[in-house]
Amino acid sequence: MAVFGTEVDRPLYGRGPSPGLRFTVYAILAVVLMYYDQHGHWEQRLRYLLEAAAYPVQVVVNSPSAAWRSLTENFQGREQLRAENEQLKAHERELELQLMREAALEQENAELRGLRASMLPSLIKSSILAEIISVETDPLRQRIVINKGARDGVSLNQAVVDGTGILGQVSRLGPWSAEIILVTDPEHAIPVEITRNSLRSIAVGSGNSGELLLPYLAVNSDVKSGDLLVSSGLGGVFPAGLPVARISGVRRESNQLLAQVRAQPLASIERDREVILLEFESTHPDAPAPNPPIAPVPQTPVKPPPKIPENDE
Amino acid sequence: MSDRNPGLTIYLTAIIALVLTVLPLPTWFAIARPNFLVITVLYWSIMIPRRGGMLLGFLGGLALDVLQGPLLGEHALAMAFATYLAIRLNLLVRAKPLFEQSLFVFAALMVYEFLLWVLDGWSGHPLSTPTRWVHTLTGGLIWPLVVGVLGRFHSTR
Repeated sequence: MAVFGTEVDRPLYGRGPSPGLRFTVYAILAVVLMYYDQHGHWEQRLRYLLEAAAYPVQVVVNSPSAAWRSLTENFQGREQLRAENEQLKAHERELELQLMREAALEQENAELRGLRASMLPSLIKSSILAEIISVETDPLRQRIVINKGARDGVSLNQAVVDGTGILGQVSRLGPWSAEIILVTDPEHAIPVEITRNSLRSIAVGSGNSGELLLPYLAVNSDVKSGDLLVSSGLGGVFPAGLPVARISGVRRESNQLLAQVRAQPLASIERDREVILLEFESTHPDAPAPNPPIAPVPQTPVKPPPKIPENDE
Repeated sequence: MSDRNPGLTIYLTAIIALVLTVLPLPTWFAIARPNFLVITVLYWSIMIPRRGGMLLGFLGGLALDVLQGPLLGEHALAMAFATYLAIRLNLLVRAKPLFEQSLFVFAALMVYEFLLWVLDGWSGHPLSTPTRWVHTLTGGLIWPLVVGVLGRFHSTR
């Protein structure tokens, strides 16, 4: 075995195929992969396997922040815990009251809908609690990876919420992990409705984790700051009536057809390390419309919204 | 580590670089973070072109694709091309002072990012914010440091 230093100085291209040839082979391989990732179906299984292989890396990558969290949790002061406990109890009482009211409303609603024979089934059939193991939020991609996958009953396009509102949907599935595309991802769009006047529109991700855009509202539409947006139930992924965002700003330029509407999503990954995946009772009237998404690609493909100029000229 | 078996060193450093590259960071750090994996692979392709090479680049790119790419094979292609450049030009680059090496790395990273940008556009993920180019600059700037660190793991002569 030659000492390594001498090897370097030997002509490079003496042995094996030349770099150009090798690059060509790799390039073809990569292009084939890309083609099938875009168009094919057998590729899904390869993806699935690769997701599984990537899981350890994701866990390792997440371990420093996980360790830090468990450390800070362990050393939380007694006082602080007690205060938190008090707060949670108060909150729970409040929620219970609300729930009671809600049950009454639900019943009333069912009667109004003429379904007296049987009480409506609950909208949410089952839910899975999952923990975020890695977060990717840059202007290009707003995605998170969670520690539950197909083995735990997660399915593609499943709606993901946290305690306050819709977070996103499952975009990629591995056996033990799943990738979630957040509503703020620029490739994501969600059909919404303004609760105040039932005006429907589409909220598109802005790439900024605190902002959604509503690019398709006419300049004269009735929308104002502070309006609550809930999912409208169209689109087949999210049920009707889950809170999504609150309008944070409306700008109207008289020389433009569309208003510039911004909204702040209610759910936030900064606040919580846990997310909830929901499965819905398909017989419930508020359940997502039964038409399945057209393509295996989960996110609703949208044309990028017309560029909103930051400043008018 | 031994000079006899740089292969192990190469793959270990590449894995560490991969972890550094996908480690979740606050947005601003994440934007300015150099792509350690590409830089590490470039380093080995320039310094020991026989051992690191395109297979490493391809596999590393595939790992990036699975972890954060919108399209499988995209990073793999871009990285294979960057390593191809590095391997082809290694004799030229290696003899130059660090400053010029930095310039070359910057150029290689620009080519890498440009390929990604083109592929993103073709595949219907047109995501062009100016911030995606920031890491090429920081990558070029960090090159002397990378040489300093990785240079310890093998004898240059």
